[in-house]
Amino acid sequence: MARLELESLSRHYGATVAVRDVTLDIPDGEFLVLLGPSGCGKTTTLRMVAGFVEPSGGSIRLRGEDITRRPPWRRNTGMVFQNYALFPHMTVAENTGFGLEMRKVPKAEREAQAREALRMVRLEALADRLPRQLSGGQQQRVALARALAIRPDVLLLDEPLSNLDAKLREEVRIEIRELQRRLGLTTIMVTHDQEEALTMADRLVVMAEGAIRQVGTQRDLYERPADRFVAGFVGRSTFLSGTVEAPGRFRTTGGLALACDPGAPPGRAVLALRPEAIGLDPPPHADNRLGGEVELLSYLGPVLEMHVRLSPEDRVVVHLANRAGLAAPRIGDRVALGWPAGAGMVFAEP
Amino acid sequence: MLDGLRLRRLALRGAAGFALAFILLPLLLVTWLAFFRQEIPAFPPQGYTLHWFTTIPANRAFASGFWLSLQVSVAATTLGLLLAVPASLALARAGFRLRTPLATLLTLPLIVPGVVFGAAFYVGEMELEIATEWPLLGSAAGLVLAHTLLVVPWAMRLVGASLATLNPALEEAARNLGATPFTAFRRVVLPAIRPGVVAGALFGFVTSFGNLEASLFLVGPGQTTLPIAILQYLAWKIDPTVAAVSLLQILLLGTAMLVTDRFVKLSQVV
Repeated sequence: MARLELESLSRHYGATVAVRDVTLDIPDGEFLVLLGPSGCGKTTTLRMVAGFVEPSGGSIRLRGEDITRRPPWRRNTGMVFQNYALFPHMTVAENTGFGLEMRKVPKAEREAQAREALRMVRLEALADRLPRQLSGGQQQRVALARALAIRPDVLLLDEPLSNLDAKLREEVRIEIRELQRRLGLTTIMVTHDQEEALTMADRLVVMAEGAIRQVGTQRDLYERPADRFVAGFVGRSTFLSGTVEAPGRFRTTGGLALACDPGAPPGRAVLALRPEAIGLDPPPHADNRLGGEVELLSYLGPVLEMHVRLSPEDRVVVHLANRAGLAAPRIGDRVALGWPAGAGMVFAEP
Repeated sequence: MLDGLRLRRLALRGAAGFALAFILLPLLLVTWLAFFRQEIPAFPPQGYTLHWFTTIPANRAFASGFWLSLQVSVAATTLGLLLAVPASLALARAGFRLRTPLATLLTLPLIVPGVVFGAAFYVGEMELEIATEWPLLGSAAGLVLAHTLLVVPWAMRLVGASLATLNPALEEAARNLGATPFTAFRRVVLPAIRPGVVAGALFGFVTSFGNLEASLFLVGPGQTTLPIAILQYLAWKIDPTVAAVSLLQILLLGTAMLVTDRFVKLSQVV
């Protein structure tokens, strides 16, 4: 059981705080994604788990053992680097067998295990090539095979797909995810790509400015974001700033009076609306029913994206499902929009 | 009419041809001279002979000078690399503020005039000998020490250049897979910087082998390096023997360079 526990992990560089008080309990076999903009501390956190960065405070436990001060070469973590970091002077097979060689596995057994790891990523035919003779996608899979060959307790993926082109990225995502599930490997992946994070993760951790903003499943983050940052980072939102005047009453700075969640405390706040929560031509008794002018239209395939001006200060983004019979508005049209009071998420502003 | 592009190409070729001739002409002249028949070199030659090559092995000063030079250069290159490779690694990992002054300090032997370097080393070795009674002055060891300092700047420069282009994640990957820092260095870093190490060794060797000014101060009685032997010979005679010796030296170093180039493309590092 390779359970990984991070407790109050932090890292300072002089006065700069790279990671602040990160506590995570990652059960055996979970695929956890650290998601956040660059500089949010996600990579530093991963590198602390690998042992490349020494924590300034806190502890790391793997299988219940404290490994906080253990050097990287005695941790049994398998890491896939962003630029793959394949050893250029070794063949694919030698790269894959390197970790086993370090573990003093006898040659014959080592070769068999390396071949097995290469078979998992469907590269056994290229075992005798040098890394520079491979395509980017193939190099990426060698890096994965090399990390898997040591049968790591934890698999660490540092932006593993960022150097691949879009089409390949989608394939590799699925491949990695299926492999991870089949092997039951505890995995931490770092990425700034929310789509990648959403498709691969069992659970996500959104980080910003060195600290965890929210931990949860895709549904948790999307439907119940902890703060305005998460609401903006995971999925899209329109933010209307204004004030909660009374329970259930929100007034935008543009002067619109809107019905909102009655639980929201009074005071300055922003109201976040998901584009698909807003509907066209709401029933007369809808909580919110507003008129506006279409300023921008984009045809995105599955949805039609509309930017609608509700007041001089307020503009919302609306996604209409591209169903048969949709009477698509045009730029300049007046439309009626509506949404239930519960669809708006209210975040208090300082 | 010549258009601008053709004119520019012509000028470039002209300049390149001139530079090449400037570099190669002395080599060609020395080669030519080595085969002149008459004892006092004069143009045009009266005929050609291989005689001057046959007299070299019999000349004790040249033979022993060659061996001493070879031994000193090999020893100095080895020592120089043993110092320069770890130093380059430390420098590559050092903070930015430390890196530049240290790198400059380590390349100083290249900048100090050879005579000054030799004289300074002479005084230093004398003081050391007085203090420790270790007979350093005039010994091969003293010579090797000085030459080591001549090798270090070259090795530092070339190894440093290789290290600068090294992907730092390679070493991390090795450690992640279970390699101790030393194993990671031996199995991953060293092979990756091999071109720089080989080129540094070669340039260090050539510098050491051809050094005259510093060695002049440091050789003992009856012990001379090849360049000193050539200089001393020239003081008495100017027959083509010197040209023949020089040609052999050029061939030796040229072969070393060609052989090296087969293993690592020197043009990639230098």
